[in-house]
Amino acid sequence: MNDIPVIIGRLTESFLLNCRLFALTLLFSLPLGLLIAFGSMSRFQPLKWLIRTFVWIIRGTPLMLQLLIIYFGPGLLNLGFSWPGGTSGRFVAATVAFIINYACYFSEIFRGGIESIPKGQYEAGQVLGMTKSQIFFNVILLQVIKRILPPVGNEVITLVKDTALARIIANKEIIMMAGEYTSKGLIWPLFATGIYFLVFVGVLTLLIGWLEKKLSYFRA
Amino acid sequence: MPVLEVKDIEKSFGTLQVLKKIDFSLEKGETLAIIGSSGSGKTTLLRCLNFLERPDRGKIIVNHEVIFDAADPVTRRDSELRKKRLHFGLVFQNFNLFPQYTVLKNVTLALELLARERPDYKQRKKAILEEIREKGRNLLAQVGLSDKLDYYPHMISGGQQQRVAIARALALEPDILCFDEPTSALDPELTGEVLKVIRNLAERHTTMIIVTHEMDFARDVADRVIFMDGGVIVEQGSPEEVFGNPREERTKQFLARYKGN
Repeated sequence: MNDIPVIIGRLTESFLLNCRLFALTLLFSLPLGLLIAFGSMSRFQPLKWLIRTFVWIIRGTPLMLQLLIIYFGPGLLNLGFSWPGGTSGRFVAATVAFIINYACYFSEIFRGGIESIPKGQYEAGQVLGMTKSQIFFNVILLQVIKRILPPVGNEVITLVKDTALARIIANKEIIMMAGEYTSKGLIWPLFATGIYFLVFVGVLTLLIGWLEKKLSYFRA
Repeated sequence: MPVLEVKDIEKSFGTLQVLKKIDFSLEKGETLAIIGSSGSGKTTLLRCLNFLERPDRGKIIVNHEVIFDAADPVTRRDSELRKKRLHFGLVFQNFNLFPQYTVLKNVTLALELLARERPDYKQRKKAILEEIREKGRNLLAQVGLSDKLDYYPHMISGGQQQRVAIARALALEPDILCFDEPTSALDPELTGEVLKVIRNLAERHTTMIIVTHEMDFARDVADRVIFMDGGVIVEQGSPEEVFGNPREERTKQFLARYKGN
């Protein structure tokens, strides 16, 4: 029961939950973050301040608290719906909380990146008869991506490790799984989880470095 | 027959009036130089012509068509202005090339995007894009940059970047090409190559408006000179008149400062 291959197998299996949470969060929070960034730069003041207040609340409170409120809130506040029962419900709730939280952080990085592009780039596009969306997608976006890659990389690495917080609403992620062995007198599974994270982050670091190099062909 | 008529343009930023009753016209093939000290409103005037600023009052008429009338809300709409601004081209003081594109792509990008609106674009895409690239290569040859097509902006000098910017503006075949202090951001040894390209365009009778601090160049190349001060046109006439025999006291003072150098 407690032999090494079995434990490794169970750790790996639970780490897949961390990986799925990571991938889904990234997939949805990046585009959502861009939308929130546009909202926070809106010339329509009520929308701008609504969005900025929302971002302040999400960035100003612990992710752990947000996980608990999003998981328990709908049922206890009689919002008319609750998460599906069992493991799938807990996972969906965690994913939603992570997406909202990370979208807010990304939105501020995007906003900073977009606002840092010189006005002359927009004006050059305008006098060449481009539409607003042509200017954004053909002129501005790649320059923004190049500039925000380092801070986005930071957030992505933080996200890998934050996935462990999903245990607060009983998602059996890798550290929770390893923790179960401490009561049986085993400490090495905890050390082993560290290796999983290190390897994952190592691969991401290489990937981000590769992307940065890809975009180093121009200066902006 | 004037290609451009500017009638009573006025522009304020808050309480500061930057342009007052600007009134002039430009004949086809003419080169107009606008001179004046910093803050005299000359750059704002160019930006109004290119709709980077919206005039508060007045009309802009190109080839007898009213393309902007501050009193007519229809002509102020963004969607209207986008196509109409193509009557004008603008070369910026700071070039504003797109850093992520090659020299050739900088020149062709706007044409490629415009071509997507053509009805035959889908069927003839390859041929159309090749035509556009050919045009870009020709324009870059015209400004002497045939050997830099695949370079990125950061790899070439400021003077070369400004020549790319000129080719980029020419690609859309504007009726009137505007220059906003095209050599002010350049080291002195690089201004010559840019001025040579502009001189070349003047000899080909490109209709141009040049805001400049290069007095000798303005005197040499322009068919007509406008001197602006405090948001108004103080004096306009041939270079001989304005530089050789200015009527207004303010023009004399301004030119005296330049002769000192």
